[in-house]
Amino acid sequence: MHKLWASANKEFLLLTRDFGGLAILFLMPLLLVITITVIQDGTFKTLKESKIPILLVDLDQGTVSKNIQENLKTSDQFEVIAQPTEEKAEALVQNGDYQLAIVIPQNLSKNLKQKVEENVSGILDRFGMEEENIPLAKSIIEPKEVKLYFDPATQISFRNAIKSGIDQMVSKIETESIYKAFQEELTDDPQEKIFDTQPFITFKEIAPGSVSENNVIPNSTQHNIPAWTLFAIFFIILPLSINMVKEKNLGTFVRLRTNPVSYATVLGGKTIVFLSVALIQFALMLIVGVYLFPLLGLPQLSVAGKLSFLFLVAFFAGLAAVGLGLLLGTIAKSQEQSAPFGATFVVILAALGGVWVPVFAMPKFMQVLSGISPMNWGLNAFYDVFLRNVGIIELLPEIALLFLFFLITTGISIFYNERKNAV
Amino acid sequence: MIEIRQLSKKYKDADRYSVRNLDLTIYEKEIFGILGPNGAGKTTLISMLSSLLKPTSGSFTIDGLSYQNEMKQLKQIIGIVPQEYALYPSLTAFENLKYFGSMYGLKGSALHSKIEEHLEILGLGTFANKKVHTFSGGMKRRVNLIAGILHRPKVLFLDEPTVGVDVQSKNAIINYLKELNQKGTTILYTSHHLNEAENFCSHIAIIDLGEIICKGEPKTLIKEHKEAENLEEVFLARTGKALRDYA
Repeated sequence: MHKLWASANKEFLLLTRDFGGLAILFLMPLLLVITITVIQDGTFKTLKESKIPILLVDLDQGTVSKNIQENLKTSDQFEVIAQPTEEKAEALVQNGDYQLAIVIPQNLSKNLKQKVEENVSGILDRFGMEEENIPLAKSIIEPKEVKLYFDPATQISFRNAIKSGIDQMVSKIETESIYKAFQEELTDDPQEKIFDTQPFITFKEIAPGSVSENNVIPNSTQHNIPAWTLFAIFFIILPLSINMVKEKNLGTFVRLRTNPVSYATVLGGKTIVFLSVALIQFALMLIVGVYLFPLLGLPQLSVAGKLSFLFLVAFFAGLAAVGLGLLLGTIAKSQEQSAPFGATFVVILAALGGVWVPVFAMPKFMQVLSGISPMNWGLNAFYDVFLRNVGIIELLPEIALLFLFFLITTGISIFYNERKNAV
Repeated sequence: MIEIRQLSKKYKDADRYSVRNLDLTIYEKEIFGILGPNGAGKTTLISMLSSLLKPTSGSFTIDGLSYQNEMKQLKQIIGIVPQEYALYPSLTAFENLKYFGSMYGLKGSALHSKIEEHLEILGLGTFANKKVHTFSGGMKRRVNLIAGILHRPKVLFLDEPTVGVDVQSKNAIINYLKELNQKGTTILYTSHHLNEAENFCSHIAIIDLGEIICKGEPKTLIKEHKEAENLEEVFLARTGKALRDYA
């Protein structure tokens, strides 16, 4: 035990003597989580609050195009800029000057009206309500396309959101046209309200498990802090593996091999210190989420009643990260090997863990791989605590997996070292 | 004290043995010098004896302890001063020595006073709390030496302990090693400084291509070679003047 504490003390001294490294170790993860959350939150705000300039080519010049323009303007998402020709608009979007151009085709209003009237007349005719019982000759009206030109550099998620919004808008206009046609057919008094055109079906988002009057919907902070904290915790494999490679280069590892001390004790000292670093990182992340985020206009992190479970998950996630760092440090022969591999591997683990793309949205094969990513276990455990309000029993499988990962990686490190340096 | 029997080492992918069927007995309180040109097998031999390398064949015991079955006890009675400084540059001399002393189970005030005593003897008392990266080569060598002897080893392995140091540091190191030897420590030492070895060692063995080509007391060996006036001339007579470069 004395040797273990001496090793931990040495690691602590080495860490505290490297001010630059220490600053990077604590400040970079904070910078990361703040940057990501500000960007993500800002993206939602951009869509909600600030207006995106878009081009509109109105070849229709009718009621429908005016309606679309009105809807776009009142949506508060877009600043509509009229363009006379489709070619000009296309070129501007192609150049990246604008992210979107909407082209409303010629005769859209006229043809929609004609189509709707024909359909309404046909329906009323079937019900015998038409004054003249002469079947109307059906004209051939081609379906119309509202063309959307997107800047090739825009994200697919942005395109999908816009397409979905325009689709909803067009559907609403079409529905209103139908109601209007019926209204005109059924009454001569334009003031008479035959139809209630207000949407009958609306949506309400409810967080499962929350009390109805206290329905708190998870915000970007609740999602980002666990995901990026975990990412930062796992990044500890870099300084840890570099620390070990440095020891090899200094020759101190060679000296230790001649000393009556086990490799497990040497690794134990590193585990104590780097796990403490991970927990301090985590505490700083929480402090930033709770106190700094509101000052930056970001949603506040809610940790009330969850702290003990959060630190429990952070402890085991930290252990898993340290285990991986010990393994990498044991196997790597140079910093040129450990640093790029470590950094890339953490990014891969994060991707597999669902930090960027939710696991359910991944292809089946990647979902299987995700199941063996320690970052996925950690992320699920954090989400369980942050968003699902679960208890210790529900957390056990995930923290057990993280602990098992630590034991396996550390065990392999010891085994590898023994095999390589066996006397 | 050290019994080496038919000890051999062939590195993976190497086309020759670095140490080949080596038999050697080193007695208690001897200062035994292993001398040889580059690639002769000196460091390989010391690395095997200090548990850093696994022998390909053969065996050895140190103070009756076998490396195969009693490694933990064996590590406790040996001290190693490697060719590299093997110190943490950002830690002070005291912190380095405290850590390496702790690895031998030393602790508390006993450890502190041992460190202070050794630093004082080797002229580093006033530098105890200075970081090692600020030290000169000679100062680092002296700290490196202390790290290997804090636990009072019965056998001390020194791999070129005076390489790259000034005359004063070399003098301090050699004098201190002689003092340790007088107190009962058996020393096994390698060096390219043959004048130093001639004066320092009670016995030497010249090895080449992994085999012992001659051994005995330095003065006796010089006498045996009529054309030689010193150990260096014996060395050249036995190993030749051709350059020894290995990659």
